[in-house]
Amino acid sequence: MSRRTWTRPVLVLVILSLLALVSIVCFMTLGAKGSWSFVIPFRGRKLLGLILVGYSVALSTVLFQTATNNRILTPSIMGFDSLYVLLQTSLVFFFGIGSLISLNSDLHFLLEMVVMIGFASALFSWLFVWQERSLHLLVLVGIVFGIMFRSVISFMQRLMDPNAFNVLQDSFFASFSRVDTDHLLFAYAVLAVVTIAVIRMIPVFDVLTLGRANAINLGVNYKRTITAMLIMVSVLVAVSTALVGPVTFFGLLVASLAHSLVGNSKHKYVLPAAVLLAVICLVGGQTVLERIFEFDTALSIIIEFLGGIVFIFLVLRRTAR
Amino acid sequence: MRALPLLIIAGVATLLLAIASLFIGVSDVTLAGVFSGGPEGRPMQVLLISRVPRTLSLLLAGSSMAIAGLVMQIVVRNRFVEPGTVGTTESALLGFLLVTLLAPGWPIMAKMMVAALFALAGTFLFLRVIRSVPPRDVLLVPLIGIMLSGIIGAVTSFFAYRFGLLPSLLAWELGDFSGVLRGRYELLWIGLVCAVAAYWAADRFTVAGMGEDFTTNLGLNYNQTMTLGLIIVSISSAVVLVSVGIIPFLGLVVPNVISLLVGDNMRRTVPWVAVSGAAFVVACDILGRVIRYPYEIPIGVVVGVIGSVIFLYLLLRTRRSAA
Repeated sequence: MSRRTWTRPVLVLVILSLLALVSIVCFMTLGAKGSWSFVIPFRGRKLLGLILVGYSVALSTVLFQTATNNRILTPSIMGFDSLYVLLQTSLVFFFGIGSLISLNSDLHFLLEMVVMIGFASALFSWLFVWQERSLHLLVLVGIVFGIMFRSVISFMQRLMDPNAFNVLQDSFFASFSRVDTDHLLFAYAVLAVVTIAVIRMIPVFDVLTLGRANAINLGVNYKRTITAMLIMVSVLVAVSTALVGPVTFFGLLVASLAHSLVGNSKHKYVLPAAVLLAVICLVGGQTVLERIFEFDTALSIIIEFLGGIVFIFLVLRRTAR
Repeated sequence: MRALPLLIIAGVATLLLAIASLFIGVSDVTLAGVFSGGPEGRPMQVLLISRVPRTLSLLLAGSSMAIAGLVMQIVVRNRFVEPGTVGTTESALLGFLLVTLLAPGWPIMAKMMVAALFALAGTFLFLRVIRSVPPRDVLLVPLIGIMLSGIIGAVTSFFAYRFGLLPSLLAWELGDFSGVLRGRYELLWIGLVCAVAAYWAADRFTVAGMGEDFTTNLGLNYNQTMTLGLIIVSISSAVVLVSVGIIPFLGLVVPNVISLLVGDNMRRTVPWVAVSGAAFVVACDILGRVIRYPYEIPIGVVVGVIGSVIFLYLLLRTRRSAA
C-alpha cells in the first residue's frame, strides 16, 4: 500500500463500509432474547429487505440525477413511487381482490414491473428528452403528478369494497419495520442484473455528467442511454416501493450526502458511497429506533423531515448562486 | 357593469346546486314529504339537522377557502400559492393537534384560535424562507412552500405517532362534510366574516401586491396591510380545517380559473371567486355523494383529483405564456 492510494474517495468508502458493517452487526445482535436459531433467520430476512431497499433507492436516485443532469430531482420527487402504488391499486380495482392474493407471486411482481417501466419511461421521456423545460417547472410538475396519483389512488380505494380497502391502506405509508420479504430472492436477482448493467455503463455515466451537448460530442448515443437509464430507475423504484412503500426524500438525502462526502462526481465512488450511506441510514436508524427508543415506524417520518430540510437548503443554495 | 348580470346568473346557479344538495342523500327527503310530515316529521328533521347545515357549511367553506387563496396570491405576489401549499394549513393542523394533546377540554373556539395562531406563524416562516428567492422565479415559491408543508407535516405526524393519534390525524386531514350537523359547523360563519373583510380591503391588497415602495408612496402602511391579509388567510384556513378538514388545491385552482375568465381586478374578482368556490365545493360534494350511492366519497378526495389535474394544466400552460 503506497500512500497514494488513500485518496479521499477511497478513505470515505472504507469508513462508510466499516460503519455499515457496525450497523449490520448491531442490528443482528442487540437485544436478542431467545435462541440464535430463531433470531438469525428472523432478523436476517428483515436485514436483507432493508439492504435491498437502501441499495435500490440509492442507485435509482444517483442514476436519475445523472440522467437529468441535476442534483435536486429524484425519482420519488417526480412521482415514480406514487405511480407504482397507483398501478398496484388499479390492478386490484380492475381485477378485484383476487389479484391481491396473487400479489405474492413473482410473476405478478414481474408483470407490475413491466407495466411500470412502460408507463414511467413514456411519461418521463416526454418530460425530459422531447421538451426543453425549466427545472423548477419539472420539479413542480413532478410533485403535482405525485399528488394527483395519490388522490386517484384514494379515490379508487374509496370505490372498492372495504376489505380490499383495508388491505391496500398500508400501501400509502412507508414502513421499514414491516418489510415485505416475499420477493426477496426474486428482487435480489433483479438487482443483480441491474447492477451488472450499471457497472458496464459507469464510463458512460461519467461522460453524461459533462452535460448533454458534451456527451453527444463525445459520441454517447444520448437518447438511447437516457432511455436505458430511465428503465433501470423504474425497475429499482418498483423493487423498493414494493418492499416498503413510497419514500419521498430518502434518496435525495443519501445522494446529496454521497456527493458531498466523495467530493467528486465519478460514479465508481459516488454509487457505492450512496449505497453504503443508505444502508447505514436504514439499518443503523432502524436499530437505534427499535432498540433504544422503542419506536417502530417513526424512521420514515424522521427521514422525510431531514430530507425535506436538505431539499429546501439545496434549492435555496442553487438559486443564490 | 356588464359583468353584473353574469355574476347574478352564477349566483342563481350556485343556489340551484345548493338546493339540489338539500335533497340528495341516503334518507329520503322530498318537498312533498317535508310539507306533509309537518315540522316534527322525519323529513323536516333530517333537513334541519343534517342537510341544511351541510349545504351551508359547503357554501361557507368553499367561498372562504377560495378567498383565502386569492388574498394569499395577491399578498405573496405569486399565482401558485394557497394556504395548503405554503404550510399555513399544515401549521394550523400542528397547532390543532398540540392543543388537543395538551388541553383536550378547551372549547372548540379556543382550539380554533390556537390553530389560527400556528397558521399565522407558519405563514410568516414561509415568507422568511422565500425572502431570499429572486422575485422573477415564479415556480420556486410554490415549490419551497410545498416542501415546507411537507416538513411541518412530518413534525405533525411524528407527534401524532408518538401519542397514538395517527388515526384521528388522518381523519382531520381529509376534508369531509358527512359529519356536519346542526351545532357542529357554526364556526364557519367566521369564514364568511373573513371573506367580507377581504372584499372591504380588496383595493389595499391590490396596492400591496405592487410592492412595498409603491404601497408606501401611496400612503398605505405596507406591513399592516400584509399582516391583515395573512390574518384573514390564517383564520379562514383554521376555521375550515377545524370544522371539516383540508380541501386541497381549492384556494389555488378557483382564483386562477377566475383570473383567466374575469381578469385581475380584485374588487371585481372577489365576488366571482366567492361564488365559484362555493359552487365548486357543492358540486364536488354532490358528486362524492352520488358516485357510490349509498356510500360517500369524502370531498377531500374528489377535490384532490380534480384540483391536481387543473393545477397541472395551469403549470404546463405557464411556459407558453412566460416564455
